[in-house]
Amino acid sequence: MSEREARLEQERARQLMMAELDGELLERERAELKQVLENRPHLKEERKRLMRVKEVTSSMALRPAPEEVWDDYWTSVYSRVERGIGWILVSAGAIVVLGYATYRGVQDLIADTALPPLVKGGILALSLGLVVLLVSVVREKLFVREREPYKDVER
Amino acid sequence: MEIALAQWTELSERELVLRAQAGDRRAFGELVNRYMRRAYYAALGLVGSPDDAMDLSQEAFARAFRARASIDPERPFYAWLYQIVRRLCFNFVRDRRTRLRRMEEATAYLVDQAGSGAVRDDPARNAERAELRARVSAAIERLPEREREVLVLKEFEDLRYREIAELLGIPMGTVMSRLYTARRNLALELEDVL
Repeated sequence: MSEREARLEQERARQLMMAELDGELLERERAELKQVLENRPHLKEERKRLMRVKEVTSSMALRPAPEEVWDDYWTSVYSRVERGIGWILVSAGAIVVLGYATYRGVQDLIADTALPPLVKGGILALSLGLVVLLVSVVREKLFVREREPYKDVER
Repeated sequence: MEIALAQWTELSERELVLRAQAGDRRAFGELVNRYMRRAYYAALGLVGSPDDAMDLSQEAFARAFRARASIDPERPFYAWLYQIVRRLCFNFVRDRRTRLRRMEEATAYLVDQAGSGAVRDDPARNAERAELRARVSAAIERLPEREREVLVLKEFEDLRYREIAELLGIPMGTVMSRLYTARRNLALELEDVL
């Protein structure tokens, strides 16, 4: 038997053991499992351990939630939807208002003859720098974390 | 057409989806009523904290509501919703800020089903079972997310292999292989108590 065939047989044996544990083994597969276990005695020991795991996990269940939480469930979901719409409107409004304020501010700044050009340049650079920093932080929050290669590594 | 409250429960899932897509929020409310428990317990199995599971399952429905135009009425609604639930849960679990807190709460999401009467009356046995429950909870918490997901769907939601395969869009053989790996990892983690 080639190494690949042996690996496939082992994989099949594991699948059959799972099906047996979960009561999903077909009659024709039962004979196949019996044959595999005879060919690979070390799997019998593993099968016993897995049966014990199944026994333990089957004796446990997810903690039931108190019945009253379901009464307001849909209301809470709908409140979230409403809040989401609210945030979209607030954000859109803020962008329009801030954009307009910035536009007018820059216009007034350029038109102001009392301010020396150096100070005007400084104010513009400061404003632009703040916008770049803000965009950079938001972009990092939204996209960079998704691509972090080590995010699944347990420390 | 106006529908009496009692009749909502009689409408087919397809009809509810179509009505929700046409802007009827009560139709979507009925879909929420039908699947809220399932979505909550799916999230609980994946994140291990009742409060977070409630929050994430509700958020999944809120997102589903916003994206209701993209639901295919010919396909099961829950299979579509589950994709949102699992994505939210996996992102939540990956967040390092929440990982530590989840580990601390890990024992709270499983309860004992076995020998409840006899175990309750015997303090030593009771403590032993509580210890085992805590160990099992923590071991499940440490499983990689895909293995954990299949184990939870099989053990705690009692789905058949075919249902898990359809829900996750993977072959049945992969379901069994992931289940095997999950159980083998649990066996290694719990070697001293099994």
